[in-house]
Amino acid sequence: MNSVADLSGNLTVAILDVKGKSLIQRSYRDDVPPSYIERFLPLVLEMEEENVQVTPCFSDEGINYMHIRHNNLYLLALSKRNSNAAEIIFFLHRLCSVLTEYFKELEEESIRDNFVIIYELLDEMMDFGFPQTTESKILQEYITQESHKLEVQARPPMAVTNAVSWRSEGIRYRKNEVFLDVVESINLLVNASGNVIRSEILGAVKMKCYLTGMPELRLGLNDKVMFEATGRGARGKSFEMEDVKFHQCVRLSRFENDRTISFIPPDGEFELMSYRLSTPVKPLVYVEASVENHRGSRVEYMVKVRGQFKRKSTANNVEIFVPVPDDADSPKFRTSVGSVVYAPEKSAFVWKIKQLGGGRDYTMRAHFGLPSVRNDEIDKRAPISVNFEIPYFTVSGIQVRYLKIVEKSGYQAHPWVRYLARNGDDYILRTITDAKSSSIIAPL
Amino acid sequence: MAMAPPRKGENYELRQQLNSEYREKRADAIKRVIANHTIGKDCSGLFPDVVKNMQTDDLEQKKLVYLYLMNYAKTQPELVILAVNTFVKDTADPNPLVRALAIRTMSILRAEKILDYLASPLSRCLKDDNPYVRKTAALCVAKVFDLKSELCVEYGFVETLRDLIGDGNPMVVANAVAALADIYEASLNLPDTPPTSPGRSSPPPSSKPNPELFIIDPPTLTKLLVALNECSEWGRIAILNTLARYKALDEKESEHICERVMPQFQHVNAAVVLGAVKVIMIHMKAVTREDLIKSLTRKMAPPLVTLISSPPEVQWVALRNINLLLQKRPGILANEMRVFFCKYNDPPYVKVEKLDIMVRLASEKNVDTLLGELKEYASEVDVDFVRKAVRAVGQVAIKIDEAAERCVGVLMELIETRVSYVVQEAVIVIKDIFRKYPHSYEGIIPTLCANLEELDEPEAKASLIWIIGEYAEKIENADELLGTFLESFKEESYPVQLQTLTAIVKLFLKKPDESQTIVQKVLQAATKDCDSADVRDRAYIYWRLLSSDPAAAKSVVLAVRPPISLPQTTVAPAILEELLAEVSSLASVYHKPAATFIGKGRLGAEEMQRRALEPEEENAREKALQTVVAGQQAENLLDFDADDEPQPSSAGGSQSLSMLGKGGISSSTISNVAKSTNPLDELMDLFSTASMTTPATQPVAPKSTVSGIQGLQDDRQDTNTTHDAFAGLTGLGSPPQGLGDGNGVTSPVQSQGQGQQSGGAQDDLLGLF
Repeated sequence: MNSVADLSGNLTVAILDVKGKSLIQRSYRDDVPPSYIERFLPLVLEMEEENVQVTPCFSDEGINYMHIRHNNLYLLALSKRNSNAAEIIFFLHRLCSVLTEYFKELEEESIRDNFVIIYELLDEMMDFGFPQTTESKILQEYITQESHKLEVQARPPMAVTNAVSWRSEGIRYRKNEVFLDVVESINLLVNASGNVIRSEILGAVKMKCYLTGMPELRLGLNDKVMFEATGRGARGKSFEMEDVKFHQCVRLSRFENDRTISFIPPDGEFELMSYRLSTPVKPLVYVEASVENHRGSRVEYMVKVRGQFKRKSTANNVEIFVPVPDDADSPKFRTSVGSVVYAPEKSAFVWKIKQLGGGRDYTMRAHFGLPSVRNDEIDKRAPISVNFEIPYFTVSGIQVRYLKIVEKSGYQAHPWVRYLARNGDDYILRTITDAKSSSIIAPL
Repeated sequence: MAMAPPRKGENYELRQQLNSEYREKRADAIKRVIANHTIGKDCSGLFPDVVKNMQTDDLEQKKLVYLYLMNYAKTQPELVILAVNTFVKDTADPNPLVRALAIRTMSILRAEKILDYLASPLSRCLKDDNPYVRKTAALCVAKVFDLKSELCVEYGFVETLRDLIGDGNPMVVANAVAALADIYEASLNLPDTPPTSPGRSSPPPSSKPNPELFIIDPPTLTKLLVALNECSEWGRIAILNTLARYKALDEKESEHICERVMPQFQHVNAAVVLGAVKVIMIHMKAVTREDLIKSLTRKMAPPLVTLISSPPEVQWVALRNINLLLQKRPGILANEMRVFFCKYNDPPYVKVEKLDIMVRLASEKNVDTLLGELKEYASEVDVDFVRKAVRAVGQVAIKIDEAAERCVGVLMELIETRVSYVVQEAVIVIKDIFRKYPHSYEGIIPTLCANLEELDEPEAKASLIWIIGEYAEKIENADELLGTFLESFKEESYPVQLQTLTAIVKLFLKKPDESQTIVQKVLQAATKDCDSADVRDRAYIYWRLLSSDPAAAKSVVLAVRPPISLPQTTVAPAILEELLAEVSSLASVYHKPAATFIGKGRLGAEEMQRRALEPEEENAREKALQTVVAGQQAENLLDFDADDEPQPSSAGGSQSLSMLGKGGISSSTISNVAKSTNPLDELMDLFSTASMTTPATQPVAPKSTVSGIQGLQDDRQDTNTTHDAFAGLTGLGSPPQGLGDGNGVTSPVQSQGQGQQSGGAQDDLLGLF
């Protein structure tokens, strides 16, 4: 015995409103008194008051509090043991997404309105502290909003316990189709001098499957490792996946052996795989801003944007967020392309360009008034962030070579493939420079 | 009934409805009861009326009644019997959903009466045709064991559970494994069955299952490895947990396990990934094949990095674990520092962890990028984070000799910003840089002194005073500067007082002619006007030293101290091993052994902990002794060469726990382990030796202090009086003086942290384990 780790121990799960009041709770083991749920928020507030970092897991008087936040809600799990924190936190996220799929929006009201079904779900998703079925598609087959007053009682779908726990038998479509979306999100950080200091590509292959029966699918990519293994290194462009994550339907050991991605897909929409590459990426949409800050009277911006990708491509729905001081007012904008709006709630203005061609650049100017009372506080130096989408384009060079679909009834099905490159949630440029000197604005 | 229930109010109304002849009305009423329960109203009074509605074809209604029973069975133990019939009937229902629901609910009711009726339905359900029922029943065994372990032993449920590992359905296997592990855990805490005395005829019913049932043999291992690839994500976690417990027969088997578990790195579920990491970290210990170890660690990196793109809470759990992994294998993420760069909108708890990991990954190669990044953070708005970023610059300087100068440059830039908290933090950090690289960056002292007035925090003040004292001979107006602190001596906090006292004594020893008066003043102030025993005692010691033998005083106060270093680990090696065996658990997240935050309710947990660590304890004691010996040698030579300095105790702990330690995690049982220490107190080496050797000097030290005080009582102002007691001190020769200095001069710097525990105490803690 080398450890006293408990394998389970998630004993009570609760959803709390923003005031820390329990909206719904379910105890899976009887050892944690429910009164501890109400202690959660006071503890958090106390920690905040004492300037102690509030972390997702903490312990107080022998009770472990593990929580995540969603909108204005806390999803909380309590345990008295050395529980598997990763499992529980991940479970709470799953719970959150299942409930979101059931009710569209997970919020106080949807919980109050649907408490019966939430109890049912909580009962089915976890037993005695062990997570069970968390696939919302499968859950929806036997836990539905319409009650079963009808003569036919729901039965557990085979999928709950099948080796293929994500797909039910007997699915039928008149037209068998598969849609593949390869989406690459680019995260990068550009420093004040315009150099990329961090970049990564987060790729995802999303599928929409409308297939009859229990089809076997095999996906072929231009995977470098496989190309090399099969001696095809020289031919064609290949790309190297650094870290791949698969949907649970993919046979991991098969992939480990011969890099084949084979699976029986769930029905409908799902994310088949995701991958990450940390190859250097140049900023596809490059933005820089120079600022002239006349404290106490006005501040002026000149923003330049450049599409740094192939001429034949176009970036759609480009949105550039440039931060301005909190107290800026009376905005004036001048631009040759797109539109600009002031978003005071974000302390920024947004320059929207419907279509930005590759290799093109544009400029805009903004002018804001500043209150004459000097704001002595330090400038919050938020960086510029950008949203964009470039269709028919991937940064990594990933290509879907084939998607084989085999089903015993032998029907023909057509895969459709699309590619999209877009910003990730961390596409950040620190390229706001002071107009007068070339140094960063307001060196504190 | 003695008292008729009230004929009014909501409960009355509900009772009416629950007994209504219309199905819809009854169903509606049950929903209202549950709704009332949800908002916290007590509905126990309606028990008999609700139970009447248990028998129904409406599955939803049945579920709600069951839910009601789950919550109120405890309050109405004698009425629960009303439900038994329906329960038993439901466990034989044609619909597997109902069978599972019934057995699941029945086994969780805390009522003796129900348990007696449970045995036969449970054995039936464990052998049910439907895997959904079997997987549910498997967990029920663990539930029943929790409530009444004798029952499980009597009916051989644990044996059945074990057979289920061979079940054809992976979900059933997973739940059986999970239940077995749970029972194993619980059985460890049960008292052993008392040996049957010859006098007694029938032995008491055993509550402890045969321990052999929990041993995983090679055939079981094969089954588990097969099921691992087939079952749902949560099942995988249960199986991985069990694999972590498995003791491999030989290296070959360890290799095999590692190879089979490795594909799990590709799973989307972060807990599966961490579970796989745990198994591999454990079984990798037995692997000696270099290429395999290499490939394992190489393959571990990408999935860990990908965890950093998870939602923040998952990310945080991952980061805490990565932090531990890096303490054991610093190499795994050597090239990945950039992914830990903080995002502008990361939650603070994520940022702090990332900072810590970045410092861990800092190397000569990436230090420039890192410093650029840290400088950027230092201009953000979150004060706490900014301070930690500045602190990180200092840690990098101490960690990488080649980068120290660049770090100092960055710090000087930061001081120029004149933002109060940035300056203060920078001063604190620079003090540590001086401790690591004495006499290297004296050029910056004037700039530091120029910021004297900006400092208002005790730690920053104390740091600057320490610097002035250390370099008093180089600072022309040192007496003036220290004089300003002396003026406000009474108002200052104790750490500042201690530093002021020591710094002025240093100044006096270095420049005796100019500082005669100031030293008199400070000694007077410290002995007369100060109510801290520490300050007063130290003042007395200095006073006696100075008055009896200035040369001795010099070698005590001005002795050279060994440079500090950044510890590679934040927890003791034995604890690190233990925590790594629990990757992904709360213990690994808190960086504290489980016994420190659980317990109380669970008997025996502490004892187990202690037992588990006994071999290590021996080990630690031995190490501590070695340290003492080595330390004494070093002191005898009075030659503190950084390279020769024994460092085993540096693992004693410091930083990084600080956040959690403070974070309201009450570490009731072994609180000391977790006691956070100041992140900057890496100076373990000397302290451990100092405090470990204290016994040797004890006969002298207390006596001298006592007589010193007596002496002062005798003739207060007469500092020239020499007491015999001091002969002992001066006559002792250099080694103990070195010690005295270690305790006297540097420890105040240390004691600025909350945990006044110095390295010595940490060593004792090591001993504790």
